[in-house]
Amino acid sequence: MPVFTLHINNKEQQVNVAADTPLLWVLRDHLGLVGTKFGCGIAECGACTVLLDGKAIRTCVYPVSKIKATQKITTIEGLSENGNHPLQLAWDEVDVPQCGYCQAGQIMTAAALLINNPKPTDEEILDTMHDNICRCGAYHRIREAVKLASTKM
Amino acid sequence: MTTSYKASRRNFLKKVSLSGGGLIVGFNWFTAAAEKPVVITNMSIAGELGFNSYLSIAVDGTITIFSPNPELGQNIMTSFPMIVAEELDADWTKVKVMQAALDTKKYDRQLTGGSGAIPHSWKRLRVAGATARYLLIAAAANRWNVTAAECNTNNGQVIHTATGKKLGYGELAAEAATIAVPADVPLKNRKDFTIIGTAVKNVENKKIITGKGLFGLDFYREGMVFAMIQRPPAFGTKIQTVDDAAAKASPGIIDVVRFKNNVAVVGTSTWEIMKARKLLKVTYEKDGNIESTEDHDTIFATLLNSDKAVVRRKDGDVEAAFKTAAKIITSEYQCPFIPHNPLEPMNFFADVRTDGVELIGPTQTPGSARQAVSKLLNIPEDKITVDITRLGGGFGRRLKFDYVLEAAELSSIIKKPVKLIWIREDDMMGGSYRPAVRYRFQAALDAQGNLIGYKLRGVGMNQNNSTREDNFPSGAVDNLLIESVEHISPITTGAWRAPVTNFLGFAEQSFIDEVAMAAGKDPIQFRLELLEKAKTKPVGAIKYSIDRMEAVIKMAAEKSEWGKKPGVAQGFSIYFSHASYVAQVCEVEMEGKFPKVKKIIAVSDCGEVVNISGAKQQVMGGIVDGFGTAMFGKLSFKNGAPEQKNFDEYRLIRMKEIPEIEPYFVNNGIDPTGLGEPALPPTGGAVANALFKATGTRLRNQPFIDDATIGKQLRGY
Repeated sequence: MPVFTLHINNKEQQVNVAADTPLLWVLRDHLGLVGTKFGCGIAECGACTVLLDGKAIRTCVYPVSKIKATQKITTIEGLSENGNHPLQLAWDEVDVPQCGYCQAGQIMTAAALLINNPKPTDEEILDTMHDNICRCGAYHRIREAVKLASTKM
Repeated sequence: MTTSYKASRRNFLKKVSLSGGGLIVGFNWFTAAAEKPVVITNMSIAGELGFNSYLSIAVDGTITIFSPNPELGQNIMTSFPMIVAEELDADWTKVKVMQAALDTKKYDRQLTGGSGAIPHSWKRLRVAGATARYLLIAAAANRWNVTAAECNTNNGQVIHTATGKKLGYGELAAEAATIAVPADVPLKNRKDFTIIGTAVKNVENKKIITGKGLFGLDFYREGMVFAMIQRPPAFGTKIQTVDDAAAKASPGIIDVVRFKNNVAVVGTSTWEIMKARKLLKVTYEKDGNIESTEDHDTIFATLLNSDKAVVRRKDGDVEAAFKTAAKIITSEYQCPFIPHNPLEPMNFFADVRTDGVELIGPTQTPGSARQAVSKLLNIPEDKITVDITRLGGGFGRRLKFDYVLEAAELSSIIKKPVKLIWIREDDMMGGSYRPAVRYRFQAALDAQGNLIGYKLRGVGMNQNNSTREDNFPSGAVDNLLIESVEHISPITTGAWRAPVTNFLGFAEQSFIDEVAMAAGKDPIQFRLELLEKAKTKPVGAIKYSIDRMEAVIKMAAEKSEWGKKPGVAQGFSIYFSHASYVAQVCEVEMEGKFPKVKKIIAVSDCGEVVNISGAKQQVMGGIVDGFGTAMFGKLSFKNGAPEQKNFDEYRLIRMKEIPEIEPYFVNNGIDPTGLGEPALPPTGGAVANALFKATGTRLRNQPFIDDATIGKQLRGY
């Protein structure tokens, strides 16, 4: 099996896996980064979202071979040093999580939005966050938390 | 391979014993009588004494309690300690809570379901907190050589009122442990609550938003293997042939094992077994009834007219009432199957060894799961441990333990620790659904528009009783007949958040509106008149509180400014389920030809609200779930196989589709009555009633987007 060099959360890591292995399972099974979740396996729910060079990708369908060693991957574990990214602080302040399973994916989706558009309109927040499923229906607070974080970027 | 989650029980006990010198109060959580708590000075005998939980105060002031109930988003890990901390006058920042492992010797209701945890535990938790506070005050009074009456507490400290001297709970814990427990402790007056009723953040927020491995699927252990199971794709079929050669030859595959109707692929990583599973060639043959959705339509039509119905409630002479009626209204309501779809798919870790069995994962019902594993493997229950991880949603699906049994059986066959993983398609096709149901309602009105007769017949599937015969308007109608009849389907079914009432609520509350309109009365006024009748001239047993129902109805009318908003179509609904009451007003506005559900106002009476932040979450989440399901939810079958297999085919509600929600709570000072489910059942009715007002179309079937008249306008949502 080929060896892939990945730059994850400011750390270079090497994994020896089949080329078609989705990044999700590399993170979870091989690198112990379990914050990125498996929800649907077909890029529909967004629970597996991470940042690749600042853009949101769905890792459940993203083969590891597509990622270049120069590209930077950020997972929920690496979003901030101490859980103090404005989105994480807003998520706590608004008290968003119910079961909590989708929240890493929600936060990473919002993180990509704010990197590229630090002051999104309500419409832009909706357009982006609409793609992530929260089965508990915590959508009102997710929306509120993204808005709150955007005022602190 | 990393181990990101470790069994909690041993760690916790260690922490407790490390707090040596602190105060440990044992108390019974679930027994019928609120037994007197006891100070435990020796942890090793605590289990034998039969105390099922411990509240400990360490010398550094840290307060720890066990939470026995599985946490699936109902926020129990936060609300339980809040109740203890209230009576203890604790510093909330020093309160910690630990998930307890399964222990049937200590807990007798260690499950999550029925919105029952807080009602069960309310008094016990308060007494435990109040007892510890009493002991801490006594210790401080001894130290200062004053009477306990001269002392008070605040935020984790005992204060001598006259001098202002203060001692922290941690400093007093060791001495408090030597003082005899009082026979009776006074509880706080509700008006003095400073924690209960406030907004307290989920105690696991920090872990959730930094990606800590809390969930079952996050459990990894050195040496474990991974497995997935190919199950029959259609209900009513069994395995005919298996060709597993290609799968076995696939990289990373350890074995392919057949047991019952399962073909399990076992390997060294998730992706490898996912790939190998696709190489399996399994054929299936008929093994019982095979049903399609069209068959269900026929079955419903037949059973609605069969003579096999069971009478659930009969008041007066309903046939005579219908003969004399000036007007008769008849309507049928139907809903489809729906899956639970918790976002974390089913999974469990099992390690079946000769010396015992270890089970770790997400379950709403660890006790029943262990019993079933014990029976299946013929291993005594005391050789089986169950550690409960956080659950990535439940909605009733994890009350079933089929996936725990699969993991245990597989581990016993391959003699290895195994993590069994269901993929989304397994989950959506794997059964235990909320079953389809049809109801026929009939109402008889006299010439003055009074409801003189009421009939309901429910046709359920595998449910035993698809009605709730004592629900409103039972008790308010002189002549009433409630019946149910069942179809036994090979499609497996189970409890789904607010079982039965999740759809019955929509049907009953829509029909009441139909009757009110036929009587020419305002829907809210019509309900209030019926309640007045139930109060002054009750008919038969009344199992709901008329006063509580009346209060939420009136408050919802007031908060929504009922009937006073021009251009807004308002729909009303009130429902009593589990032990709480929720009234809702839905507001629809037309945007061109498109009806838009703009807002839902909800008034809940769940008794005392423990955590206002968590309570709002339960109401808002329940409404979003009820609304999304009514609008979009449908699982259909073709030749026994579900036609929707993943989120591309099954529509779950998303952010742009949610209405604004205004949650209000009645504060009537009664003990908590539960809130995990009760906000969901009224939603479908409030929405359908508002959509009727806005469009003139009466929606009697879910999902609404399939409606022949206005479905298209709703679909573009």
